[in-house]
Amino acid sequence: MTESKAVWNRKHLLGLEELSAPEIGTILDTADSFKEVSTRSIKKVPALRGRVVVNAFWEDSTRTRTSFQLAAQRLSADTIDFSEKGSSVSKGETLIDTARNIEAMGTDVIVIRHPAAGSAHLLARSVRSCVINAGDGAHEHPTQGLLDLYTIRERFGKIEGLKVAIVGDIAHSRVARSNVWGLTKMGAQVILVGPATMVGKSFEAMGAKVTNDLDSIIGQVDVINMLRVQFERIKSSQFPSVREFTRMYGLTWDRFQRCKKDVFVMHPGPMNRGIEISSDIADGPQSGILTQVTNGLAVRMAVLYLVTQTQGA
Amino acid sequence: MHKVFDKREVKSAIDRLAERVAGEFVPGRPLNVIGIRTRGETLAGRLAETLSSRGFDQIGRGVLDITLYRDDLSEIGPRPLVRPTQINLELDGRPMLLVDDVLFTGRSIRAALDALADFGRPSVIRLAVLVDRRGGRELPIQADFVGLELLDVQADQRVNVHLVENDGVDEVRVENSVASPTGTRNDPRAAQP
Repeated sequence: MTESKAVWNRKHLLGLEELSAPEIGTILDTADSFKEVSTRSIKKVPALRGRVVVNAFWEDSTRTRTSFQLAAQRLSADTIDFSEKGSSVSKGETLIDTARNIEAMGTDVIVIRHPAAGSAHLLARSVRSCVINAGDGAHEHPTQGLLDLYTIRERFGKIEGLKVAIVGDIAHSRVARSNVWGLTKMGAQVILVGPATMVGKSFEAMGAKVTNDLDSIIGQVDVINMLRVQFERIKSSQFPSVREFTRMYGLTWDRFQRCKKDVFVMHPGPMNRGIEISSDIADGPQSGILTQVTNGLAVRMAVLYLVTQTQGA
Repeated sequence: MHKVFDKREVKSAIDRLAERVAGEFVPGRPLNVIGIRTRGETLAGRLAETLSSRGFDQIGRGVLDITLYRDDLSEIGPRPLVRPTQINLELDGRPMLLVDDVLFTGRSIRAALDALADFGRPSVIRLAVLVDRRGGRELPIQADFVGLELLDVQADQRVNVHLVENDGVDEVRVENSVASPTGTRNDPRAAQP
């Protein structure tokens, strides 16, 4: 056994696109250690004592926001919650002005979710704090990608060589993009599945396969990650009717029977039960959905820890 | 860079350590032996083995990773990967032997004591180290059991303990600190946005 060194020298986590496989591996290995912290009777370590973490969310979120908050608290950081509603954003303050004003109070990390793609990158160029992207438009959601990778690795003991299907509205999904970057870098094969209006051939440039026919690949995959049907877009012409979507792309009981015996079912939440995934599968023994949430905490602790330990952070 | 203690000297030092530890605790009663990652874990294993052969039949083994408790993270160059702490033991009211490879500034031990406080309240904690590097203590911490003493190590040198299980050989070396390729304070990549 040798002492492994962390491969990490970044002050920000903006996306998985720019990370190398060893960097992703470092986050996953570090998350392993942080998972142990949550099993202690005192679920807290002093690594970020005296640091301030701001959750700046310009979009609704339950899981991600709570998860980041608890992760920061388990590292003994102080946390501030900032949301668009009830803030000066509604008075017309720009993103950068708002962030600089929050930072002027002495923050160390800004966790940002924003509807505009690239907002986390913009912020990282404008502030001194570490910036963690918690979802920017349809661009990336790196911590979700990482917790999916972690959960897959935990289940199979590896990522390399697995076949992973991601199903649904790929084009509008930051979860899908982060997953494709992460999975392909770690050596998995990714198949993106959805109606032609929701998954363009352009994704093949990212190293994924693209198909419109779920049934043609369902028996081959080790992991099936069902994306949420985004009802906010359902009225657009890109979306078929809900019934048609479920019939073509939903993980129904009938389809589940045609999967590999040990297929692992994932969903980033929130679920639309009975639409993209049937309840008895979501709550069944092959579902990793709640494990994903549990692992998300450890992964976010790891990310908060790593970015703040980088020199100059 | 030079070797200061060879495998024979290291072995007899570990034997002496075990001897003294055995004299301090009561055979047949519980004793927790906790090693600090990474070399302390190995040393703790060897001590526990010797103790078992001398009638200590209730030894609890654990491993402590102190990375998250350090106050000198920014000064130790390339960061070690944080690894899990494994203490699934009853600590309360039982004696504990804490084991590390080198005692120098005392900050690792301070971090270890902080970490242990989150797991329980041993009746007593004793510290065993293979090498006591004298003259650099930054905290009022001393070891109860010392295998080897080093008095004349320069400030810019490092004392490295190598053990068969980790490094293929038992020896203690004094080496010049070298900048690591994976990032130090002077690494320009550290300033990346």
